[in-house]
Amino acid sequence: MTDGARFGLGREALPEEVAAWNVDVSPDGTGLPDGSGTAMEGEPLFEETCAACHGSFAEGVGNWPKLAGGDGTLADADPLKTVGSYWPYLSTVWDYVHRSMPFGNAQSLSDDEVYAIVAYILYSNDMIEDDFELSRETWDQVEMENADGFIVDDRAEAEYAAWRTEPCMEDCKDTVEITMRATVLDVTPEEDTSPTEAAT
Amino acid sequence: MSDTPSEKSPGLASRRQFLSGAAALGAGAVAATGARAAGPDPLITEVQDWATGLGDGVDATPYGLPIRFEDDVIRRNVDWLTADTISSINFTPIHALDGTITPAGCAFERHHSGAIELAKDDYRLMINGLVDRPLVFTYADLERFPREQQVYFCECAANTGMEWAGAQLNGVQFTHGMIHNMEYTGVPLRTLLAEAGLDLAGDLSEKWVYVEGADASSNGRSIPMDKALDDVLVAFKANGEALRKEHGYPVRLVVPGWEGNMWVKWLRRIEVTDRPVESREETSKYTDTLADGTSRKWTWVMDAKSVVTSPSPQAPITHGPGPMVITGMAWSGHGKITRVDVSKDGGKTWETARLAQDGANKALARFYLDTTWEGEDWLLQSRAIDETGYVQPTKAQLRAVRGLNSIYHNNCIQTWHVKANGEAENVEVS
Repeated sequence: MTDGARFGLGREALPEEVAAWNVDVSPDGTGLPDGSGTAMEGEPLFEETCAACHGSFAEGVGNWPKLAGGDGTLADADPLKTVGSYWPYLSTVWDYVHRSMPFGNAQSLSDDEVYAIVAYILYSNDMIEDDFELSRETWDQVEMENADGFIVDDRAEAEYAAWRTEPCMEDCKDTVEITMRATVLDVTPEEDTSPTEAAT
Repeated sequence: MSDTPSEKSPGLASRRQFLSGAAALGAGAVAATGARAAGPDPLITEVQDWATGLGDGVDATPYGLPIRFEDDVIRRNVDWLTADTISSINFTPIHALDGTITPAGCAFERHHSGAIELAKDDYRLMINGLVDRPLVFTYADLERFPREQQVYFCECAANTGMEWAGAQLNGVQFTHGMIHNMEYTGVPLRTLLAEAGLDLAGDLSEKWVYVEGADASSNGRSIPMDKALDDVLVAFKANGEALRKEHGYPVRLVVPGWEGNMWVKWLRRIEVTDRPVESREETSKYTDTLADGTSRKWTWVMDAKSVVTSPSPQAPITHGPGPMVITGMAWSGHGKITRVDVSKDGGKTWETARLAQDGANKALARFYLDTTWEGEDWLLQSRAIDETGYVQPTKAQLRAVRGLNSIYHNNCIQTWHVKANGEAENVEVS
């Protein structure tokens, strides 16, 4: 052991190695690379690499995520949470598309392509004009609809204070009625193997 | 009722198939203490094959699977929940398990870009950011640090999430099975951070670590420094053996008491930062929308929760009236479970169950209520209490604060309607 708590294990990471893996982008734009793109440039890229799942207008296909729409629905019975209606930071869009999309072929997009595709997603949400050039320089001109829509976990005040009490043990309520049954929906997978028949 | 124990009752066999295993076990077992056998039992009076011939040799099974009669104790998928099976979830068969340790082979999986294959030789772990020395470790390096060993539960933030709006899935595996509980061996994260040196980070109370996996989804999450320096483990063994591929082989993060999404698998990088990254998995996902449309973020802790695993829809009562065991599990991200109460009448009256062992910190506890059933209807519930005095709430209490669209962190009291025929159904009660 050296340096007190140190064991001298591992080796120094090289700058090239850190650069290859340290690609996260923070809400203030830290981590954004050089490059740029417009929605017009992004449209054909989106059509080619994204639209099969997310739809030509980012509206989603089948059960795949919708990236656009849902403005003003967050307090509705069935909110539609998209980049436009829900995501608080533009950095997250860039970071996630760059690192993890397209699904099944992640990390295949150039920085310019990511800028263009992100611009197209913003355009699909009516957040920018189609010729707006998204880059590190124009970054903070984009307003996110739900930027102020999040609060830090407040369960300690909103819940724990009231629920850390000795609970009722007897005569806790007068009546109990069944108000909902899972078998009415009947969406539970059926099992088609019995243990003895499945054996070989 | 048949008096030949090995024969299935036709009435029971015609039910939903997943009841059939239990039905076969139950047939013939109805005879209560003191009942008289109709005749000699041939399983006793006739010499059976296994008592004359030979079993398998010790070289037959270098690494074994459960006996074939337990083939229904498996992970299950609900195909309509997600768009495909790659970024998806499956469920631990908790209806059939007992004790607290989850067998790794049937412990639930949740991936965002599939279960990747990463060899120990190819494994690298980087620590970078606000550290004195950015470091790269190999797998072999990690095994040279002092180790810790602890049992913890890993519960998906979305466990029971499909039940927010009502009773939906009819089986405890599906309503509560996004959980496993294993004994982990690994290196404290604080040990690795010390190796990289935190002097550069300055006031640690304001610092964060960003952790990400080697898979395409990366699953990056931000963790405040006080948690990182407390009890987080960089784990390489679970239940005594290497992590399963689907659980992060060769290295995963263990974040005791906190939502499963933060237990980053195939861990490849730890970055010390002066701010949270606000990644996709802590903005778009794992944020909890309230009734007014605002959303909670950084809801890390999993609150106290419990559920009766038997009887339950997949584990009906098949033995008829008489003595029986109600059992289930309880857990809390705030610490130890100190008590579990059980109600048979939908919460009008409660009796305190027996904990099989003293509650362990941020780990599953097993409870039993040794009781008698006379064939009456039950509205069966369990209610966990942890060492902070937190009492597991009802769904109505949760909804009153949060509304119906939180998706995550549903730790409500579950109700099973046990009927006169012994079957159980997932219900909500007033």
